[in-house]
Amino acid sequence: MTSARPKIDFDSKIPNNVDLAGDRKLQRALERWQPNFLDWWADMGPAVDTKDVYLRTAVDVGRDGWAHFDHVPMNEYRWGVFLSEHDPDRRIAFGEHKGEPVWQEVPGEYRADLQRLIVIQGDTEPASVEQQRFLGATAPSLYDMRNLFQVNVEEGRHLWAMVYLLHAYFGRAGREEADQLLARNSGSDDSPRILGAFNEETPDWLSFYMFTYFTDRDGKYQLGTLKESGFDPLSRTCEFMLKEEAHHMFVGTTGIDRVVRRTAELMQDHDTEEVAGAGGIPLTMIQKYINFHYTVSLDLFGNESSTNAANYFTAGLKGRWQEERREDDHLLADDAGAVDAFKNGQVTHNEVPALLALNQDLRHEYINDCRTGLKRWNRILAKAGIDAELYLPHVGFNRQVGAFAGASITPAGKVVSESDWNARKDQWLPTEVDKTHVRSLMHPVLEPGKIASWIAPPSTGINDKPVDFEYVHFH
Amino acid sequence: MTVLEEPVNAVAEHADEAGAPPRVDFDTGPERYRHWRYTVDGETAWVYLDVAEDGGIVPGYELKLNSYDLGVDIELYDLTQRLRFSHPQVRSVVLTSGKDSNFCAGANIRMLAGSSHPWKVNFCKFTNETRNGIEDMTDAGQTWIAALNGTAAGGGYEMALACDQILLVDDRSSAVSLPEVPLLGVLPGTGGLTRVIDKRKVRKDRADVFATKSEGFGGRKAVEWKLVDEAVPRREWERVVAERAAAAAAASTRQADAQGIELPPLRRDETADTLTYDHVRVTIDRDARTATVVVAVPDSLTDDPAALHDQGAAHPLLAITRELDDAILRLRTNELEIGTWLLLTEGPVDAALAADRLIANHQDDWLVAETTRYLKRVFKRLDVTSRSLIALVEPGSCFAGPFLELALACDRQYMLEGTFEEDEDATLPSGAAAEDPATLVVTDAQFGTFPMGNGLTRLGSRFYGDDDALEAVREKQGEQLEGGDADDLGLVTDAPDDIDWTDEIRILLEERASLSPDALTGMEANHRFVGPETMETRIFGRLTAWQNWIFIRPNASGPEGALRKYGTGRKADFDQKRV
Ligand SMILES: [Fe+2]
Ligand SMILES: [Fe+2]
Repeated sequence: MTSARPKIDFDSKIPNNVDLAGDRKLQRALERWQPNFLDWWADMGPAVDTKDVYLRTAVDVGRDGWAHFDHVPMNEYRWGVFLSEHDPDRRIAFGEHKGEPVWQEVPGEYRADLQRLIVIQGDTEPASVEQQRFLGATAPSLYDMRNLFQVNVEEGRHLWAMVYLLHAYFGRAGREEADQLLARNSGSDDSPRILGAFNEETPDWLSFYMFTYFTDRDGKYQLGTLKESGFDPLSRTCEFMLKEEAHHMFVGTTGIDRVVRRTAELMQDHDTEEVAGAGGIPLTMIQKYINFHYTVSLDLFGNESSTNAANYFTAGLKGRWQEERREDDHLLADDAGAVDAFKNGQVTHNEVPALLALNQDLRHEYINDCRTGLKRWNRILAKAGIDAELYLPHVGFNRQVGAFAGASITPAGKVVSESDWNARKDQWLPTEVDKTHVRSLMHPVLEPGKIASWIAPPSTGINDKPVDFEYVHFH
Repeated sequence: MTVLEEPVNAVAEHADEAGAPPRVDFDTGPERYRHWRYTVDGETAWVYLDVAEDGGIVPGYELKLNSYDLGVDIELYDLTQRLRFSHPQVRSVVLTSGKDSNFCAGANIRMLAGSSHPWKVNFCKFTNETRNGIEDMTDAGQTWIAALNGTAAGGGYEMALACDQILLVDDRSSAVSLPEVPLLGVLPGTGGLTRVIDKRKVRKDRADVFATKSEGFGGRKAVEWKLVDEAVPRREWERVVAERAAAAAAASTRQADAQGIELPPLRRDETADTLTYDHVRVTIDRDARTATVVVAVPDSLTDDPAALHDQGAAHPLLAITRELDDAILRLRTNELEIGTWLLLTEGPVDAALAADRLIANHQDDWLVAETTRYLKRVFKRLDVTSRSLIALVEPGSCFAGPFLELALACDRQYMLEGTFEEDEDATLPSGAAAEDPATLVVTDAQFGTFPMGNGLTRLGSRFYGDDDALEAVREKQGEQLEGGDADDLGLVTDAPDDIDWTDEIRILLEERASLSPDALTGMEANHRFVGPETMETRIFGRLTAWQNWIFIRPNASGPEGALRKYGTGRKADFDQKRV
């Protein structure tokens, strides 16, 4: 198998490894879009005024040294277009086109579907930047502020990645969609973002960690299925995005680590679970945030049984998580699967053709992955000698989409009456009081190496820099 | 239709979906006719239907009782063309039978029973078009008289209905009839039902009686019910027919001293995937299921009618019309899976505008008028073609005047805004520089010269109910409109620039190719014919749609259906549910 490392052009206006310079038309189109992106970034991007930030910038797609770290003014960040390495022998791994060479152009037959998939993915990228716009003002440390901005610029780059595909492969309709990606805004009444979770606010840093842990993880799974796509440019784009996405989840995982660690410390120091008074976030409150962000993210996977997902699979547009490692016929035409169901007040399963169960399949993979975080956090608690555990709520709890939408199911998985559920929901989901408390803790800490009271410091810095490194410079 | 003695189940399924359908050739000429002959006697042409029983276009049936198939119809079409172009002095045409026994028993039932659905549909469409062409000649002063010297049944009577007058011999046994419903479980679907009420103005209850009475009516009753114009006793037959022909000729305003032109066989190079004529080129892409049809207008085309007479069939306007006609028929009949046609033109806009002036200023010249009428019919063929039609307007094209109708007949029009920047230095085969952007020119040709079957112009259909838009276009008459203007005026679907063009068109075509061919056919036919109904749209729309539905129903074409059971001595076993 040969593999070609695409040449990186870092000197042009738009850094890229897709030979933009050789495609005058596309270059012109993207250069036309670039000022609109910069305007959007100025209006909707991070609101904190900084001189420069210690950021990594993608400069290559190879195994080693794909990123470069330096202090850069945020608005001079070099958002580029990078696709992972090209495998000229790659073949479609699933569906009715299985075994055929992957497509380098959009097959007209699937234009509408592919465009839709890319638009939905693309819409989430800038949405999270918008949701996190004001967080910088209350960063618990310069280290965290830097991480926030790193996630933000990379979500911006992910938007570029999707816009590149729309411009390069979808003609005028694609360009119009690319414009719309900047015109919709998170939480807007008139033109909200497409998916519900991306219109929720991220008002505090606990929410930010939860978002990067749970919601970015949904992104990981969506990208993972698109990485399998028979449309090769999409596949290669997503493969590289996944590399960046890993850092976002790292921010979430370690962020929650540190909150839990600090809470455990306070619990031991004050010998109480009620650490709120001591400037911490009680475990019960952390659990409520988990409950909320986890269930909102579960909704992003769509209906348990989905003909869209089946069509995407059969057409070769969107595979399963780690499609090629699975040992079946990759056609699923005759297989059966079980999906969650809620019938006659009972949590149960439905037998459906395997093709219709793909959303459930992906959600299942996601849930297993989410469990790893819970294990980490419980280990921290156990080490601190605290006899309490965090958990993932039942899949049917607090769902707005799919089989459990509207069902009254407790985090433990018990079906209760609607009035019962409503009466107890304040025990399970963040209340105004909880949110006010968390918000009350959000004070910026701008001195290098210092950290807010409610969170533990990180164990190491970024790129081998010390924790007290000056990750952000101000004017 | 033919009454057969042999059982139908012996019929070879000559055009069955399983096997390759036969390729149909539309080339013919009087010296090659097997089923027709004609003589021209002064102002009258005598046309005899004399079908060779063993002359079916495909094997598997005998054309008994002057019944016809596509091959018979192809000759009839050729014959009508020759009467127009080679015998312009002919003012009346007597259509009669060369057999003693009957006039015509209609479409051959064994042929129909053994045909695939697409074959039946194409056959009927072509038949309809030829009959409409005969009706076109009414306005042109060439009166067709059906002289039914024996029984005219089914399609035989439908052929007579396309004529201006119908004379029936009154011999106490000859009759006109439409036995399709009672005998075959299908419709008299090539205009019969429609013309009886629309053209002959037969009262609807009588039409109902007539169309369910297999033996039909003859003599006085046929006259009384307006099914024929006259019932003529046998002994007076020849005299009366001659008198009617002479009277029709006398009433004609057709130019008396017109000198006809020859219609030599078309020059056509064929390969598996191309048809190349002098001016029209067709290239088939089988993977993409598209055909690209390029109409090249040479700069030798002038507005001088004398050139048309001098050059005759070699004159570019007439040649293009014939070639396009032939290409449409071949693609339609022989390339069923080529679902999208891309229509392009190339050549100087000035040449297209010369053709426009020739047409606009010389309708008093019989040959110009005849050529115009022919072009009108060819555009109408496009209108009823069950393919997705897409016009691509690129630099070097000449969608101007009459040639703009080609684009307007399409379901969509795409026009390049600006030029292909990468070939700025290139020179197109037409000699035009590629640096000039594509233009469209609207002329009088868009405002009445080439009406559609619905009686509206293509522009009128396009802007139906939007007079302001139509007026805005009218104000730009004669101007060379570039992509942006054409788009603003609504003359094109989209005007992508160089950046988008290739991808936009590729994706459009691939997307189109992925849609259901049946749904596309239905959708396109509905969109093309907006507004008022005419007899023509009712025949191509309502009657044909019903007929085609009935054709695929088990009650007609199923193993127990009437088409299959006819002639077996056994009755059809109908599914009695009314749908
Ligand atoms: Fe992202
Ligand atoms: Fe992310």
